[in-house]
Amino acid sequence: MTNEPIFLISQDGSIQTDEVLKLDFGTVDGPGLYRDMLLSRRVDTEAIALQRQGELGLWPSLLGQEAAQVGAARALQPRDVVFPTYREHAVAWCRGVDPVHLLGLFRGTTLGGWDPTVNNFNLYTLVIGAQTLHAVGYAMGIVRDGDVGTGDPDRDRAVMVFLGDGALSEGETNEAFVWAAAQNLPVVFFCQNNQWAISAPYSVQSRVSVAQRAEGFGFRGVRVDGNDVFACLAAARQALDHARSGNGPTLIEALTYRRNPHTTSDDDGRYRSGAENDEWAALDPIDRFRRYLDSTGQIDDALLNQIAEEESLLAERLRTGCRNLPNPSPDSPFRNTYVDLPVELEQQMAEHLEFVEAAE
Amino acid sequence: MNQTTSKMPIAHALNLGLRHAMEADDKVLLLGEDIGQLGGVFRVTDGLQKIFGPQRVVDSPLGEAGIVGGAIGLAMAGYRPVCEIQFDGFVFPAMNQIITQLAKYRHRSEGTITVPVVIRIPVGGGIGAIEHHSESPEAYFAHTAGLKVVCPSSAQQAYDMIGLAVRSQDPVIFLEPKRHYWLKGNVDPNRMPEALEKAEIARAGNDLTLVTYGALVPVALKVAEICQQEGRSIEVIDLRSLSPIDDTTIIRSVERTGRLLVAHEASRTAGLGAEIASRVQDTAFHSLLAPVIRVTGYDTPYPASRLEEDWLPGLDRILDGVDRSFAY
Repeated sequence: MTNEPIFLISQDGSIQTDEVLKLDFGTVDGPGLYRDMLLSRRVDTEAIALQRQGELGLWPSLLGQEAAQVGAARALQPRDVVFPTYREHAVAWCRGVDPVHLLGLFRGTTLGGWDPTVNNFNLYTLVIGAQTLHAVGYAMGIVRDGDVGTGDPDRDRAVMVFLGDGALSEGETNEAFVWAAAQNLPVVFFCQNNQWAISAPYSVQSRVSVAQRAEGFGFRGVRVDGNDVFACLAAARQALDHARSGNGPTLIEALTYRRNPHTTSDDDGRYRSGAENDEWAALDPIDRFRRYLDSTGQIDDALLNQIAEEESLLAERLRTGCRNLPNPSPDSPFRNTYVDLPVELEQQMAEHLEFVEAAE
Repeated sequence: MNQTTSKMPIAHALNLGLRHAMEADDKVLLLGEDIGQLGGVFRVTDGLQKIFGPQRVVDSPLGEAGIVGGAIGLAMAGYRPVCEIQFDGFVFPAMNQIITQLAKYRHRSEGTITVPVVIRIPVGGGIGAIEHHSESPEAYFAHTAGLKVVCPSSAQQAYDMIGLAVRSQDPVIFLEPKRHYWLKGNVDPNRMPEALEKAEIARAGNDLTLVTYGALVPVALKVAEICQQEGRSIEVIDLRSLSPIDDTTIIRSVERTGRLLVAHEASRTAGLGAEIASRVQDTAFHSLLAPVIRVTGYDTPYPASRLEEDWLPGLDRILDGVDRSFAY
């Protein structure tokens, strides 16, 4: 297994071919991917600003990971099911989740924020690695539904679960790998190795690459350049096809870099150098893809103006939408804990509502 | 489903209940270690893989977090998984999934996602076992919002309650008193079951209310019998549901008897006994003729099995507790 991450677009924007990772460039909407990356970066920028203004308590930035996320997400079909971490803002964007709804969790108006069944995009999971097992279980459900390996492209489906390099050290992630391999489940583990788990560099987690970990579990690991949207798209398409056809799991490692601190509460100056960050800023995934689009004449001023216009509207919508997110009603924790509200909890709710009313 | 009443051990009643639940709903499936060909270490799932196949009776890899986490995903995909944890002491590797995910998912999703997962766990001591095989972890679960926690004490209850647990929309921790797996009782599969969260008055009485559950219910009934000979009439309440707790049944009883004793194998501090005592003094303070007595396991790890007979709340320790209440 080669340890060099595969790329399909060079830093200068020229196309490369790869023996393993094939991409039919004719089937790819280049300007669309570019738009996705720009708009999801704008979601991120606006959210950071909202946090600085005190409108959000916290925000985990995706800066630098747009290509990995957009590439992975645009390989998915609507019927595929996604289990994210808490940083998959660009995946949420591609799945059609209203970006305003991403803010609620970080504003404290909700612990979720969207209906996962609408876009087959599950809620953000904050406990590292926990969602990998949910993905495995969901994939077991797909197998039992008979929606795998039928050859019918409208029927076969797969699960894609996102995880980071830190999650590789969690026992639950390793259990998920065991289950996925043993039962040959239709699941794609998409690991964005952004090289930092808060302050812990990848060397704290492992002596081998993320992709190499798959081999010991008995399935394929692929290492791609996470700042190359085409490489990520191609790897994800291949892995999803493999899964939907009944050939089992794949672990994709998208090697990238978390350019911002872990969250807005983190101070990355305490554990890493600005020089390292500068190096990765020079490898920006959006700039690199822009060079490809420019060199192939796929982009013009009209399109750029249109995206800029969309960005402004989106930014405005996020600012207004954030401030207008409704506060949850004080009875909601009580009502949402059980389907069958226990008598004791009903009494506690009444007691609490009386207190809230009196305090007003 | 047209069997008539027959006598069977609790393990068989659970097996029958699971079989009927699986026949009634093809989304019900079982996950656990050694539950297929072996039928589980206690044989509760004996023969079910032969009937329903390996896709519905799944021999899982050896990983409890995977069993529960996988069950959560299956539930999201529309299935109704019933997990078997092999022994009480082995549920702890799954605690993250149970507490941070299973119990909280409905709340997190504002009611859009429910995860109807049942987790069966053989619990309790008295079987001469090695470490981690005799524990009573119920208070951890009862303390966790979002879970129902139940514990049957007889074959009929086992049959009824496993069916109700599988049909529950909320996740259920289903505790099985392992030392009584082979205790026989009549099971009528056609009986209309009591609601899952209802306590049962196992024996009516007037002078003292003895609340317990699971493996201590038969012990409590013996206590009541002995007390009867001494002219004391004990009412035995079989709690069945540890979360939610059926306060009404307990309080109505204490209002009549004026005395309450709670017995459980689990350690005393922050246990179910403390919770029940607190609820009773909340609502029935003026009915109490004596302090609430707790007869429980001690606040130590479960001891080596040569010590368990005296360590566990048995007949003599509970009788002593009854004496203390009347002596007040």
